[in-house]
Amino acid sequence: MFEVFGVSSQALFGQLLIGLINGSFYALLSLGLAVIFGMLNIINFAHGAQYMLGAFCAFFLLNGIDLPLPALAWPPAVTFVRITPGLNYWWALVLAPLIVGATGIVLERLLLRWIYRLDHLYGLLLTFGLALIIEGVFRNYFGSSGLPYTVPEALRGGQNLGFMFLPNYRAWVIAFSLIVCLATWFVIERTKLGSYLRAATENPTLVRAFGINVPRMITLTYGFGVALAALAGVMAAPIYNVSPQMGANLIIVVFAVVVIGGMGSILGAIVTGFGLGLIEGLTKVFFPEASNTVIFVIMAIVLLLRPAGLFGRGT
Amino acid sequence: MAAIDAARALVWPSRAWSEGIAFAAMVLALVILPAFVYPVFLMKALCFALFACAFNLLIGYVGLLSFGHALFFGWAAYVTAHLAKVGNISVPIWAGAWQWLTIPLPPLSPELAIIGGTLTAAVLGLIVGAIAIRRQGIYFAMITLALAQMMFLVAVQAPFTHGEDGIQAVPRGRLFGIVDLSDQINMYVAVAVIFLGCFLLIYRIVNSPFGEVLKAIRENEARAISLGYRTERYKLVAFVLSATFAGVAGSTKAIVFQLASLTDVDWPMSGEVILMTLVGGLGTVFGPVAGAFFMVTLENYLTTIGQWVFVVQGLIFVVCVLLFRRGFVGELAHRLRVRL
Repeated sequence: MFEVFGVSSQALFGQLLIGLINGSFYALLSLGLAVIFGMLNIINFAHGAQYMLGAFCAFFLLNGIDLPLPALAWPPAVTFVRITPGLNYWWALVLAPLIVGATGIVLERLLLRWIYRLDHLYGLLLTFGLALIIEGVFRNYFGSSGLPYTVPEALRGGQNLGFMFLPNYRAWVIAFSLIVCLATWFVIERTKLGSYLRAATENPTLVRAFGINVPRMITLTYGFGVALAALAGVMAAPIYNVSPQMGANLIIVVFAVVVIGGMGSILGAIVTGFGLGLIEGLTKVFFPEASNTVIFVIMAIVLLLRPAGLFGRGT
Repeated sequence: MAAIDAARALVWPSRAWSEGIAFAAMVLALVILPAFVYPVFLMKALCFALFACAFNLLIGYVGLLSFGHALFFGWAAYVTAHLAKVGNISVPIWAGAWQWLTIPLPPLSPELAIIGGTLTAAVLGLIVGAIAIRRQGIYFAMITLALAQMMFLVAVQAPFTHGEDGIQAVPRGRLFGIVDLSDQINMYVAVAVIFLGCFLLIYRIVNSPFGEVLKAIRENEARAISLGYRTERYKLVAFVLSATFAGVAGSTKAIVFQLASLTDVDWPMSGEVILMTLVGGLGTVFGPVAGAFFMVTLENYLTTIGQWVFVVQGLIFVVCVLLFRRGFVGELAHRLRVRL
């Protein structure tokens, strides 16, 4: 134990750890937003709702779900059939992104694809409407209070590092999200698939002329971005409670992160996400009143000094 | 300029009659409706109609989507409620350490409280606008949303807003020291006059030479710049005007309902005003009014279904964006080939 600026190392590093955890969610979510925006030119307002869906999906896989079977009545009445898969965290880590990503693909095919030619703003409004629907339905069935999701057995306990206590699960979240972020960066920036993707972002018409199925790429990109959000949701489930509005406020912070970083660069999104999480953690130690507004203040300052964002290009 | 005047003379008559008839119908409705409908419901609808008109000034005529207009509406409501109920203004100042500087004021009369709330909204509009107009399009929406969320969190923490409780039991007081606003009809007339005054002012603004420049920016900003207009300044002025009118709406709402609460500053309120304008018709003069009346009526019927209100709002958003982008009034105007 030692002290830094009159703050015990335990408190300081504890908050920095929480900052890094938040930062890994900022990074994962802003990465998904950036990937989707690059291909679809849509800011996916439903990203927070899809993050929440990921967490709920993990909860259902473990604890079971009362599957609603709709009946024709107003207000919507349903009968329920209980299904208990009993699949643990590790299954959820794979299945939840796949399931939620698949719902994303359905949404893209059914709704989003009709508005690509319109002003970008309509994409924001449409996905905002989707977020309201998804979150409204979940709030109606699960209330506002959170549901607990237990930490997987293999990751319980923690390490005493001397200057702080590091819970294993939190270390896992930081490490795994970093790996996922870097893998995404590698795929997009260093593989052939990624080069198709970047080319289609720059000039979809030309890429189509080369015989590449751009609409399918767009669909899969949206599915992938949504799956990233759901993955973040699964990882968040044991840390925060699983609750219908867990994504609603988070997505606004992530928007600020995206504005600060600019959406032009994948690495930029990752660095900004983790960095802002750390700054938020530090603020919690030294100036707790400002801890939940600090990211917005930084956004305002960045806009005044460097309107295109730290890693952005153009407007 | 002569060419522009000539063009305007050609356009003006056709524009004037349809809009004139619609305006006369609206005034007539405002006179007759209190006999049939509960005045508080009408006042609520009018406050939201003004809020939507203010929002429309920005999205409809400059093409800027603000996702944070609840900020101006809600903070104006807080300041008005505070001025009308308490009066004292306390500001934190830095004098070696943070201190509260208190300006002793008695509780103000409603018109002064409304002016205070409106000025607050204007100042906030200037600050937020100056930051937000540095980016365009989608970023502008995200920035306004983020700044509004920041001010929402400030409202949660600031002592004078009383957190979850809000500022309750705000006295309606006497307008100009004479008219007793606790009488529903007096209050209704005051709200209707404020609404119509602001409505005409907004109409005047969008049809002025200034408004023409705004529309030029909406259509093609690069071209407006190349014609020599400092578009940043025009956008900032439009933003401040929009925030100010949103402030009038929020202030009036605080006096009418004698309440300012977190609901007024939270992001669902920003979403709601977007929805009202979208349903009524973006960029139409009467659309926001129709949209506000539609949504307030709908929510009035849907109060019994609780959280499903958000689902219904979401569905309306989806339907409007996919199938009904012109909105009620826009569709009507398109069918009749007139301007509304």
